[in-house]
Amino acid sequence: MPSTADRILRGWGRATASRAAVARPRDAGELAEALAAAGPRGVLARGLGRAYGDAAQNAGGLVVDMTGVDGVRTFDAATGEVRVAAGTSLAALAAAVAPHGWFPPVVPGTAFVTVGGALAADVHGKNHHVDGGFGRHVRRFTLVAPDGAAHAVTRESAGDVFDATVGGMGLTGVVEEATLQLVPLRSGAIREEITRADDLDDLLARMEADDDRHRYSVAWVDAAAGGPRLGRGLLLRGDHTRDGDPPALPPARLRAPRWSPGGLLGPVTVRAFNALWLRAKPRAAAHGLTPLAGYFWPLDGVRGWNRLYGARGLVQYQCVVPPGAERVLRRLLEDARAAGAVSPLAVLKRLGDGEGPLAFAMAGWTLALDFPAAALDLGPLLDRFDALVAEAGGRVYLAKDARMRPDALRAMYPRLAEWRAVRERLDPRGAMRSDLARRLELA
Amino acid sequence: MTDGIGRPQSVAVFGGGSDIGLATARRLVEHGTTRVVLAARDPARLPGAEALRAAGAHVEAIAFDADAPETHAAVVAQAGEIDLAVVAFGVLGDQERAERDPLAAAALARTNAVGGIALLTALAEHMRAQGHGAIAVLSSVAAERPRRANFAYGASKAALDAFAQGLGDALAPEGIHVMVVRPGFVHTKMTAGLPPAPLSTDADAVARAIEDGLRRRAPVVWAPGALRWAFAVIRHLPRPLFRRLKR
Repeated sequence: MPSTADRILRGWGRATASRAAVARPRDAGELAEALAAAGPRGVLARGLGRAYGDAAQNAGGLVVDMTGVDGVRTFDAATGEVRVAAGTSLAALAAAVAPHGWFPPVVPGTAFVTVGGALAADVHGKNHHVDGGFGRHVRRFTLVAPDGAAHAVTRESAGDVFDATVGGMGLTGVVEEATLQLVPLRSGAIREEITRADDLDDLLARMEADDDRHRYSVAWVDAAAGGPRLGRGLLLRGDHTRDGDPPALPPARLRAPRWSPGGLLGPVTVRAFNALWLRAKPRAAAHGLTPLAGYFWPLDGVRGWNRLYGARGLVQYQCVVPPGAERVLRRLLEDARAAGAVSPLAVLKRLGDGEGPLAFAMAGWTLALDFPAAALDLGPLLDRFDALVAEAGGRVYLAKDARMRPDALRAMYPRLAEWRAVRERLDPRGAMRSDLARRLELA
Repeated sequence: MTDGIGRPQSVAVFGGGSDIGLATARRLVEHGTTRVVLAARDPARLPGAEALRAAGAHVEAIAFDADAPETHAAVVAQAGEIDLAVVAFGVLGDQERAERDPLAAAALARTNAVGGIALLTALAEHMRAQGHGAIAVLSSVAAERPRRANFAYGASKAALDAFAQGLGDALAPEGIHVMVVRPGFVHTKMTAGLPPAPLSTDADAVARAIEDGLRRRAPVVWAPGALRWAFAVIRHLPRPLFRRLKR
């Protein structure tokens, strides 16, 4: 079996940490051997560690680093169907298929996630309102049970297993490979349209009016602005252009310092930066062509940007609320601002329906706010947010969460029992474990 | 698990009757801790348990005898998953007796130093297996420089303090946080009737310092914080001058 090394594993936010024995199998055989060696504290697969909280940690247990099980296995350049090992990053997948005129159907804000991680978190991109989440484009996958047995899973052959695994946070088994349907790509550029919105109502109205006419849409909200300017921001829409050569994707370049003073992203600097950034954009709609990587993964250009929040790291709060609960968005922005816990990156976008029993997505609005983990009274503030979101019928995104409580989870995910039933069938000994599962009493 | 903003879910207090231990547990429960294990010599008589239950915590009381190190590993195992252990037991002893009676001196050292060191060792093993955890160890300013008035107690805490510091260094690479807590004179039932020293404080203030130190992952906290600077001076006072200090 592959050897293991003890390592402290953290979330991308660097606010959570625990020690695990990490194995890095190179193929399906080594993966099965590694799983068989799991001890009493269980096992979990981990990709590139982009979950913000403790979803890819397994304290005292075994963690299987899947990045060694990678590569495109089969690719049909005529149909755009690709069979890819679960440890392959979306960056590598995009680089492999883009020159042939194809692109991953859903990409989150970073290309440094693995296919397995994207499936386990059912990640969404700027096109969720049109195309749904990552899982919707998965045709089939191989799920390795904790006993090492591999199962081919499709919607037709095992719909409940499929749905419980997509968005199942890695707790139903280890995805070893997945077959995806890619989307055609005619050029290496995105035609981007940037519009400025003066306040939250303006922003929401603009998004509701014609989001559906654009494949990609996301809004950047100036979370430092309050009063009549609350919710002002930029609406960034994009569509693939039709002409030009399919591209090669440039690699990420910049790197944030390994250490930075914790106060760098404090309220004053954030407010100043946001005001300048907003003013640099014209009031009327501006159009331009942006390279794919720069459009989808702007922060990938700054490696290690998560270290900018100082030693105690950052906590991201991402929730979704259904249409009609816009007042909750307003309240979250107001309260975060009043608490002085200004989030430099506030991102708002529309989501479509989700699918599985543990799906985060639902038709509505998703808002993501970043907080320094050291911010004063962050705990009570975010607990109040949970109550507001749950009461409105919304949810918190588990791939971002580092601090929710079990009772809030139960209120937000009404199909939890259904998911647990499938999981117990697949993993009766409860071998698949994570720190997130322990904290939220998920499994 | 301890969450991303430093809130432990499950806390075990060794010395479940200790005023400082209970004040710490109450404060943590107010801020989100859901399970408290109180380990004490007489688990049936723990007046602090009810207040914790009333605050919404699930409270378990288990038997723990500091003077029986051979039982410590089993007691720790009984506590289950521990995000934070507060090592809060200890005796003040009787300085006058301890100076003249070898058995009294040994009893004080056995509880505070030997018992504490044994428990820390058991907790370290437990947390290594868990892959996470934090331990707050109640030492004392008396550990920093033994004073004429209570050096028997001070020496026992000094041993515990030194062991905890070293253990913290050993466990840091494993992601386990050990924090030494050095309160000054704290108004508790242990010190009832004693004349308070300068910069005296209460159990709630020590609890605040503990919570804050845990979030900062501080290796040592003083309560109140000013004692750190006071003792930076006292530690280096020439002995003739130090001997003339009243307390």
